[in-house]
Amino acid sequence: MVANFNREVIMANINFSLSGDQAEALSRKAKISLGLLITGIVLFAWGIYADGKGLATYYKILGFFMVCTGSGLFYNKRWYTSVGSILFVAGIALAYLGSLESKETEYLLYISGFSGMMLGSMLFTYDPEKKYNLKTHYFKQSNWSQRIGLFLSGLGVGIMFVAWLGNINLDPSWLYLSLTLGSMALGILLYTYGTYNGHTAGIKNNHVMFNAMTNRGVLGFVAGILLTLFYIQLYWHSESLTSLISLFDSWSELKRGKPADQWFVYGTLYSFVILFLGVKFIIKYRNNRYQLIRTIVVILSQLILADMIPTIMEAMNYNGTSAEIGEKTRYLGYDANPVQSWPLNYDAFTPGNIQAYTYEGHQPVGMAYFFWSIVLFLVVTPVVTYYVGKRWYCSWFCGCGGLAETAGDSYRHLSNKSVKAWKIERWVIHSILVFVLIMTIASLYPYLTGSEFVIGFATLNKTLFFFIAAALLILCVFLFYRWYKKSNRKVLLAGAIISIFILLFLSIAFFNGKSNVFVIDSKSIKSAYSFFIGAAFSGVIGVGFYPILGNRVWCRFGCPMAGYMGLFQRFKSRFRITTNGSQCISCGNCSTYCEQGIDVRAYAQKGENIVRSSCVGCGICSAVCPRGVLKLENGPEEGRFEPNPLEITKDGVKLNM
Amino acid sequence: MIAIIGNGIAGVTAARYIRKRSQEEILIISAESKYFFSRTALMYVYMGHMKFEHLEPYEPHFWEKNRIQLKQARVSSINTDQKELELENGEKIAFDSLILATGSKPNKFGWKGQDLKRVGGLYSKQDLEYVEKCSDILETAVIVGGGLIGIELAEMFLSRNKEVHFLVREANFWGGVLPTEDSQFIMEHFKKHHGLHMHYEDELEEIISNENGEAKAVLTKSGKTIDCQFVGLTAGVSPNIGVTEGTSIETNRGIKVNRFLETNIKDVYAIGDCAEFNEPLPDRRPIEQVWYTGKFMGETVAKTITGERSAYNPGHWFNSAKFFDIEYQTYGNVLNKLSEGQSEFIFKDVDRNVLLHFVFETESRRFVGVNNFGIRLRHPLFNEWLLQGATIEEVLKNLRSANFDPEFYKKYETAVINQFNAEFNTSIELEKAKWWQTLIAK
Repeated sequence: MVANFNREVIMANINFSLSGDQAEALSRKAKISLGLLITGIVLFAWGIYADGKGLATYYKILGFFMVCTGSGLFYNKRWYTSVGSILFVAGIALAYLGSLESKETEYLLYISGFSGMMLGSMLFTYDPEKKYNLKTHYFKQSNWSQRIGLFLSGLGVGIMFVAWLGNINLDPSWLYLSLTLGSMALGILLYTYGTYNGHTAGIKNNHVMFNAMTNRGVLGFVAGILLTLFYIQLYWHSESLTSLISLFDSWSELKRGKPADQWFVYGTLYSFVILFLGVKFIIKYRNNRYQLIRTIVVILSQLILADMIPTIMEAMNYNGTSAEIGEKTRYLGYDANPVQSWPLNYDAFTPGNIQAYTYEGHQPVGMAYFFWSIVLFLVVTPVVTYYVGKRWYCSWFCGCGGLAETAGDSYRHLSNKSVKAWKIERWVIHSILVFVLIMTIASLYPYLTGSEFVIGFATLNKTLFFFIAAALLILCVFLFYRWYKKSNRKVLLAGAIISIFILLFLSIAFFNGKSNVFVIDSKSIKSAYSFFIGAAFSGVIGVGFYPILGNRVWCRFGCPMAGYMGLFQRFKSRFRITTNGSQCISCGNCSTYCEQGIDVRAYAQKGENIVRSSCVGCGICSAVCPRGVLKLENGPEEGRFEPNPLEITKDGVKLNM
Repeated sequence: MIAIIGNGIAGVTAARYIRKRSQEEILIISAESKYFFSRTALMYVYMGHMKFEHLEPYEPHFWEKNRIQLKQARVSSINTDQKELELENGEKIAFDSLILATGSKPNKFGWKGQDLKRVGGLYSKQDLEYVEKCSDILETAVIVGGGLIGIELAEMFLSRNKEVHFLVREANFWGGVLPTEDSQFIMEHFKKHHGLHMHYEDELEEIISNENGEAKAVLTKSGKTIDCQFVGLTAGVSPNIGVTEGTSIETNRGIKVNRFLETNIKDVYAIGDCAEFNEPLPDRRPIEQVWYTGKFMGETVAKTITGERSAYNPGHWFNSAKFFDIEYQTYGNVLNKLSEGQSEFIFKDVDRNVLLHFVFETESRRFVGVNNFGIRLRHPLFNEWLLQGATIEEVLKNLRSANFDPEFYKKYETAVINQFNAEFNTSIELEKAKWWQTLIAK
């Protein structure tokens, strides 16, 4: 009875049939297009894998066309959404080919690949009723503080462009860097003052839909192109960034005693943006103490955990290239951030990192980091997610989330709210979670068949690893099955089955003494993951496409950490967004401003709690609701899913308990 | 076949609940828009918070999937004997049951110049489009009638830096609904808005035209002339009953219905803003022009039509609104004047824009209602308290559990209790916050 009810609630939640027929069978067209997509991907991958042998090129070409056609068919509201999807997918393929090529052709392929993706995204988000122009009434009504602010910010950015795009070495670098960052900082603060001063504190989204920067107008498109170009060069063509990098030299010398590199530039700009746009965010939402406190934590998390601690680690020599082990130990940056957890930090449990953790010269910090990374992913994450939902990470501590909330605040409404996007999201994000799991096992196991690490009292060798991994996989099977029983969601069985399969592969490798667990060699798997997911998705598309696809594309469709926590949030957590009885007036602000594309209104207007694996708990829906209908809270597990609308019974309106 | 005229919240809720309970053919006819949209959010489209498509709660495939037919057309006449509708384009539609959910229209009280160009209300999609069109040369707007839609128009114009002159008949804003203290509280908030000029105890005398038949100024009863390029008429709304002309459906101001939402004609119902109750429910008005009541009426009539004849029973009153940046909620019956045998308790924090106004029966201590501004309260919990006849002490004691503000917000419960104890010579102790469902279960 309860299981049926839950299913009905869930079906009704996604705006499906009211009359009780639950089947949401895929239409024939969707089946064909999915079939094409999957076959095409397999063929394409096979063609790449079998490169050089006979039919490889034909597989690649055929696979490519099938994938394009499949995607065009799948997402085809109008002709331009189809063309958009095709271009997007073609772009991915081109970019990937680029990663396999030599330096000269590589860059060109990346540029064309990502241009294809950008153009594709623009096309499938195209709104025929909108005019893409620069002119807005908004600018006519700006005051002097805003205008000067914009000018100063533009000036700061302009100086950077001279160094970056103009390839001019600005000397002395401290002067020009101070000018650049100083102008930008002052510009942002002045603009913020001009925008919010003199107005009462409250919801401040005026003109968002008219503004060429925030509503996929020309300014937004240009910003997207520039951001994407920056990311491409950052990852794969740092030669283009030489002059820009030299601009940061004096700061790098001051901070860490050596010249700047592209990652230092990236880190500095990242922290800068989160700090100053974070201040703007705080002022915009100053009536809301949850936003205020959350953003302060976001800023501190970036400045201290992501920036200061890794720098200190570096200063204490827990980094750099070690002649003995011949590999960069990588304590600086990403990995040394104490809240950078596996699976978001996909390198955490790879041979190189484990070597670094266990290296003599890095003790005791090395082992501390190693144990902490295990505790973080295995214990802290599920437990904290149980108590407060995944928001503790996604909206408070994560660097990606931090940028999304501060710099990306202007773009949160660009997320796609359709049911179709939700369906795609669920498949993509969980596939990536499986991918990262496979990749980690595939990288680590072969290494452990050859060497072992001594960690304290134990020895990490393939046997210990096998038993730990097997135990965890069995735990996964158990959890998936249990959650399936409770919620009647058949797709959870897929999780159990996949866990069983991985366990099977691992067991076969272990008991047969093989080092290759998943047939394909670990280097290919790892490089595919780090290219597609680590760089292209998380970096280039994740941030580069803010002005086109919104600020949480990575978080919603890709991040395996989000996928992992999302399962707990959805099936075993105390977190929910309570809706206030019948007070919802269906205005739509909540859904519009949900950065994760959740149709919050659909729940609110029924008085149902919002419990979605994708909810990052940013709290913006609650902040923009004009009637006080939404509240993020943690409460008893029991009753988390039961709708609590006021129901009309013959005795009058009563609480449905 | 069930025909529904009007695709607002009432008509659409009726359609949804009928579909949940039966497989009968349903057709929704609307002259206003293709798809159902939330007119409470029209202001946000003008302000640039949302686009019109964001106002539509259901994706287009929802209607197909649930086999609810939609037709954008105007009904020109209804023949209740033949059970047939005729549309403006001549098409005839036969029905078995008919639900009239035609909503309201802005009031016009016969002012001179009320039909000029650049004069409009804010009720329909077309009204919004007209305001947008008139905004091209708009510098100053005059709004007539101090109520919720008026305040929405004011906020809209201020968002585009226009000057707004607001003519309010009463001495206190929305004085017909809000008690004096509450009204003055929000009037203080109005003062913080540059460009907003409130004219209390003043009314519209005449709208003056320019040579092109457009409004160019307004003359008020107190003799003021205000130049403007748009006049917003927001002095209330009236049921939109034009579609019943020529039929024998009984109407007054609205379409007359009984407790079961049935009109005098068999198989013809009326719900939402356009319906007028022959016998209003106790403590309620004959015409209810609120989003929630439209929803409840839609749900009720759906039950009746699908075989479970149900009387409209909306339970305890609740409502909400927003006055610029102050959110307002109300639970129970707080009238603008305290009744005999009632006491009131007001807690105010002016710096934080928070006001709580409790009303309770002096003798029995039964909690009657609360107006809350700037602080969110839990609807299901208050509803249960009203159903159970809880005392004011019970309510105040558990105020922490009733709080619906986001986490980390400043809490007022201690200050509220202390003030109440001081004023009423009681010694209520605040209980710590409990999960609200456990409070009700006991």
